[in-house]
Amino acid sequence: MIEHLLINNEEAAAIILFGIGFTMLLFQRNLIKKLIGMNIMDSGVFLFLASMGYIEGRKAPIIVDGIQETSAYINPIPAGLVLTGIVVSVSVTAIMLSLTIRLYKRYHTLDLDVIYVLSRHQTEDR
Amino acid sequence: MDFITNFPLFTIVLSLFSGVLCYMLKGKAARNYTIVYESILIVLVSCVLWYTLHTGKAFTYVMGEFPAPWGNEIRAGVLEAVLALTFLVIMLCAVFAGYRFVDTDIDESKVNLYYSLLNLMTAALMALVWTNDLFTGYVFLEILTLTSCGVLIVRELGRTTLAAVRYMIMNLLGSGLFLLGVVMLYNMTGHLLMMPMQAAVAELAADPAVMPVLTMAVGILTIGLSIKSGLFPFHYWMPDTYGWATPTSAAVLSSLVSKAYIFLLFKTYYRAIGIEVFERMPIRNILLVLGICGMVVGSVQAINANNINRMVAFSSAAQIGYIYMGIGLGSVYGYTAALFHVLAHALTKSQLFLTTPRLAEVSGGNLRFRDLQGSGHRNRDAGVFFTLGALSMIGIPVFAGFSSKIQFGLAAVESSSIKMILVMLALAVSSMLNALYFIRTLIRMYTEDPDTNVRAHHRAGYNVPMLVLTAGNVFLGLFSWVVVNLIQTGLSMFG
Repeated sequence: MIEHLLINNEEAAAIILFGIGFTMLLFQRNLIKKLIGMNIMDSGVFLFLASMGYIEGRKAPIIVDGIQETSAYINPIPAGLVLTGIVVSVSVTAIMLSLTIRLYKRYHTLDLDVIYVLSRHQTEDR
Repeated sequence: MDFITNFPLFTIVLSLFSGVLCYMLKGKAARNYTIVYESILIVLVSCVLWYTLHTGKAFTYVMGEFPAPWGNEIRAGVLEAVLALTFLVIMLCAVFAGYRFVDTDIDESKVNLYYSLLNLMTAALMALVWTNDLFTGYVFLEILTLTSCGVLIVRELGRTTLAAVRYMIMNLLGSGLFLLGVVMLYNMTGHLLMMPMQAAVAELAADPAVMPVLTMAVGILTIGLSIKSGLFPFHYWMPDTYGWATPTSAAVLSSLVSKAYIFLLFKTYYRAIGIEVFERMPIRNILLVLGICGMVVGSVQAINANNINRMVAFSSAAQIGYIYMGIGLGSVYGYTAALFHVLAHALTKSQLFLTTPRLAEVSGGNLRFRDLQGSGHRNRDAGVFFTLGALSMIGIPVFAGFSSKIQFGLAAVESSSIKMILVMLALAVSSMLNALYFIRTLIRMYTEDPDTNVRAHHRAGYNVPMLVLTAGNVFLGLFSWVVVNLIQTGLSMFG
């Protein structure tokens, strides 16, 4: 068991990071900490992808010295997926931060539970 | 004729383009443009439906002519076309019936942005329906999440912002899990396209040592999408989200967005994993149990709700439970019932969410039950349409809800005896609870309230889309065999 984890240490680290991020996003009350959690969670997935795409001793599949065997190169798709994932993660973070600013301006706190209580006492009910 | 195979891609590209264009138009022009272009999309998708029925098989559109294991694909069959068509019709009806509220709820300078978001959402919905690639699915899933959040926060109240934040958090958890599941499957199979992945999974599943790992990956993916679509116990974000949004957003979010997630999940099971392998996994039984719990708990919470929008939202949670129960039952009958209910619920729920604000409007702008007393007399049209929708939700014959309950019953009979008893009981209890809260609401609505005599009259702009939704509802109820045949033809092309 431990042996397997040591061999696949990158994957194991990735899943641990994912777990940390996931629980932070779920259980933290502070919105900024939630966002940090979300980014850790996404980084976990990216590490998983990147470690999966990398094979030691092989190179990116750009033929410069005439070597054509596939065994000399790595599969570039995981790296591409990581890039796409990063773009998605950045845009989601941006929109969440803007929402956080909006909530902070209105309620002057970042604690989600407090905001929830405050919003219930509002008079804007229809 | 073969030119029609380009149409699915056109629907996506045109929607993306329209999103940008609406950003540049003024509010009213953006709305009119959206209505015109949604109608064009409906024509395009109808052509696709006709083409797939005519040729009798699904077609694959290869992007950039890169063949299967490398390129990206779009795939269209009868099932996808039927779903896309329903989605677009509902979208158009929601825009039509809700634009007056959009004008009052949203700052005038931002109305064009709202339609821009709706168009981007249409692009994401279409892409999720057509796509044949799991990672493309993930990207458009995130686009759908962002646009859903956008159409929520355009109504700038504190509560909508809070609802949007909670909605986003749940959705981000879901997307994270979905992505992890997809990456794990990619790790094991080496494919992201669904058909090659299915072949690889079938090979892997032959080895009993690999099966638990596969189950884990599929399980993670399932949890992700069920959080996003609001399966019990992840449905607590629903009432705030649907209750405070502008009516068009509420209708679209409850009836289309959650269904797109479910369809993606279903597609993953059916096409990327392969239905034989999926049926060997215990996930199905868990979905069945959670679906049944959702049906009962959602209904009980709907009974306890103190405002009509929250009630309808919790009833959504119950209906999502029905759909997952269908998937959990397995067999062609179960899937048919689940997909039939996707259509039935989408039509009915959008109708309910588009009528409740009209009833509230003649009740001093309040959605609480005690203020709604007599609202059915004050706004006759909205009252009638709400009644029809409610009857369908309860499962009165002639309406779609009844047919889908029959389908679930049939599927239950086909499965094992324990499941049959469970499902039949759940159907009975849930129908009774549905009847309890909807009939209570109807009685409240039609109890004469002497104090107020505001009356509202609607122009065709409201009644026509509502009539379309009702007609769809009655069609599903009376001619359910047509739709069931379409779904089963679609399923036979699906795998």
